[in-house]
Amino acid sequence: MKTIRDLLGEHQLFRSFHPDLLELMAGCGHNVHFEAGKQIFSEGEPADEFYVLRSGKVSIGIAVPHRGTVLVETLGPNEVLGVSWPFPPYRWEFDSRAMDPTSAIAMDAECLRTKCEEDPALGYQVFKSFALLMRNRLQATRLQLLDLYGNHAG
Amino acid sequence: MVPLPYRVLTRHQELTDTVTLRIAPISKRLADPLPGQYEMLWAFGIGEVPISVSGLDDDGVLEHTIRSVGAVTKSLCSSKVGDIIGARGPFGIGWNIDRATGQDLLIVAGGLGLAPLRLAMLEALANRHRYGRLALLVGARDPESLLFVEELEQWRGRFDIDVEVTVDAAPPSWRGNVGVVTKFIARTPVDFSNTSAIVCGPEVMMRFAALTLADHGVPPGQIYLSMERNMRCAIGHCGHCQFGPEFICKDGPVFPWTRMEKMMLAKEQ
Repeated sequence: MKTIRDLLGEHQLFRSFHPDLLELMAGCGHNVHFEAGKQIFSEGEPADEFYVLRSGKVSIGIAVPHRGTVLVETLGPNEVLGVSWPFPPYRWEFDSRAMDPTSAIAMDAECLRTKCEEDPALGYQVFKSFALLMRNRLQATRLQLLDLYGNHAG
Repeated sequence: MVPLPYRVLTRHQELTDTVTLRIAPISKRLADPLPGQYEMLWAFGIGEVPISVSGLDDDGVLEHTIRSVGAVTKSLCSSKVGDIIGARGPFGIGWNIDRATGQDLLIVAGGLGLAPLRLAMLEALANRHRYGRLALLVGARDPESLLFVEELEQWRGRFDIDVEVTVDAAPPSWRGNVGVVTKFIARTPVDFSNTSAIVCGPEVMMRFAALTLADHGVPPGQIYLSMERNMRCAIGHCGHCQFGPEFICKDGPVFPWTRMEKMMLAKEQ
């Protein structure tokens, strides 16, 4: 049976980490499972975990008056849900729900923040990986903002 | 070239602003188009526009999927069954998916870009044994803007194609993917080093898709885009579609990324 360390090492975001760093990180993780339809977190709640997705699909949405929760992204295996955990006030800024039965590794945010502070090598790797993740998300979001498929005829 | 008269056989409203017309020759018939080619369609008394061929029957009946964006396309979209429109062509260099024989074939469509790719998809399915993995990625603005939904669902149900559909934003009831189509390139189950990719959609989407495909190991010479820029005469005479040294109308509209990359990455002055 695979350990949390093994599973983290298979993930695209942490694949390049030294095994010792993976071991350190793994101490903050535990397996979780969400049934389809389960609300994982809501806007404004404490971002005390983030999720390394192993299987299934989750949505990220924003509650918009008169429109309900508009879905702005879905995430699947080999992706990470949650980028609010490193930054004060450590609160979720969107809603997330499991669209399919979803398995993930839940990483305790305070645990990992503390370890990153105490071990700069770990901190650097973690923040480098999350910087790449956020850069990719920002790029994708900018493309979505362009509304490329809209009918922009004059 | 003088347009030939074609009669509208059927009119199907695909989206609020997009229609597919099936048109049949009244007397003389145009040569059968290859996937990726286009025809100049005439709305008599108004003008003509280049429209990709999205379907073809054995008896020369053509399908064109048209979005209403100006006077000519508005008129074409308003055509009724029995109306006469003009057609000349076919023009341009098509997808030529034969060159992907023995490789994986990845088709990436954004928005209305699925229409020029449909004939290539149908040809690939008719000759499925020629290719390794066959994958289709489709991006659209929202679920209501997806083209050819019934066909997408049929293709998705097959065991020999991988189909991913994604939208830029969706209501709570949507159960599919949300996100830019380029994001899904990474998870497509193809051998990128032995893949040919054909891409059609808004130019920005094609640019990012081509860059992402190349980043993942698809040889740049095996990434093909369908360009569209102000095509008027269709024969390389008027110069409206000139893009650097290329005439989109006759040197394209399908180009390998190797011929388009520098120009598409250059800023317009």
